[in-house]
Amino acid sequence: MAKVKLPTKSPRVDMTPMVDLFSVLLIFFVLTATVKPQETATIDMPFSVSEKTVPDANIMTVLVTKDQRIFFNIDNGPDTILKFRPKILSEMGRRYGIDFTAQELRRFEKLNSAFGVPIQNMREYLQAKNMGDRSKYETGIPIDSTDNQLATWILVTRAINPAVQACIKGDAEVKFPIVRKVLDILQDKNVNRFNLITSLEAIEITEEEKPE
Amino acid sequence: MAEIQEAGPKQKGGKKKFKKVAANVDMTPMVDLMCILITFFMLASAFNKPKIMEIVLPEKIKKNENVEPPKIAKSRTLNIILGPDNKIFWYPGIADDPKNLPPLQETDFSADGIRKVLLERNRALFRKVSQFNDDVLTGKIEIPRDSVQSAIRELKRDDDTGPIVLIKAYEEAKYANFVDIIDEMSISDIARYTFVDLNWIEEEMIKGALGIAPTGSTSAPGSN
Repeated sequence: MAKVKLPTKSPRVDMTPMVDLFSVLLIFFVLTATVKPQETATIDMPFSVSEKTVPDANIMTVLVTKDQRIFFNIDNGPDTILKFRPKILSEMGRRYGIDFTAQELRRFEKLNSAFGVPIQNMREYLQAKNMGDRSKYETGIPIDSTDNQLATWILVTRAINPAVQACIKGDAEVKFPIVRKVLDILQDKNVNRFNLITSLEAIEITEEEKPE
Repeated sequence: MAEIQEAGPKQKGGKKKFKKVAANVDMTPMVDLMCILITFFMLASAFNKPKIMEIVLPEKIKKNENVEPPKIAKSRTLNIILGPDNKIFWYPGIADDPKNLPPLQETDFSADGIRKVLLERNRALFRKVSQFNDDVLTGKIEIPRDSVQSAIRELKRDDDTGPIVLIKAYEEAKYANFVDIIDEMSISDIARYTFVDLNWIEEEMIKGALGIAPTGSTSAPGSN
């Protein structure tokens, strides 16, 4: 048998299958990636053992930050046909005597993140160019009994989107009375089912065996 | 870097002749780039979605409505009061007589704390639920996956021995405590629990336990 002559050049690995696999993975991740909206309020969520995930659409979230500001968010997921956000804002404007322009409503729709702005400052907030400018107006939504804008937001949201679910996202360190107040406001508006947003914690559940 | 193997033109008789070899492109940079992109998208996609915990509170009784709040058995009632610094106070029964207060006990969120108290009282139902879960897992009970939760709910509804837990929060409590205690309810499979306001007797009890001088209307200032 003839002697096999080894090639002198460096050995090469065929990368094509690897590239194929990577392409598939890459396309998968690109398609499944949901754009994470920028967090306006930093909230350190408490832990729980619950394994249910947040619904994708039809949720309104009341956020309570560590410094006791109230934020609100309406999330309808990728749904662009129904356009709840601009509808809700224009209804809010109507109730508070502010006439939002079409451009402002569009901006509000595009922002798609939680806001903690009194409705009186909403126009300036929407006109602001970047997050730094916007955060100046984020003083929290008023929840006093004299000027309970959170209650109006909830009422308007529920009127426009009856299928909406209420979520509460509070900071772990926040004192309870303010959360209680938010719960009260929700209950005043006949919302009795809440979802508390938490992050997952692994707890081992064992039944203690003890002689009775 | 891309190296294209070309057949060396061999001049033979003045005629150019190309060897038929597939062009071999170096794919290493492409693989590098894809690695980076995959890593980026994996991390950027919200794969760690936040979880939710469902809680249903009883409907508020409006002041103008003439509806009596539902009555519950005193013997099954367990009151849990969330205190400051992750403390929990609990007492059985009801505190309606300032002269004869039930014993207030202090515990915490550890596994030996409130969970033990709850499991002790809820053992029958807890056994039933975990037995049911085991049976489903081992195939003794054949039930569609979707109806497992509703079957457990049914078990909980029929239960009439477990405690009725009233959760109350002292003003110093943190939101995390509230989430934790509801968590404990689901861990120990408590069938009936709700969230109510603290009444003044309980407030005095908590203040006494915390060592704060009571300020209520019953005790005149300086009397203690």
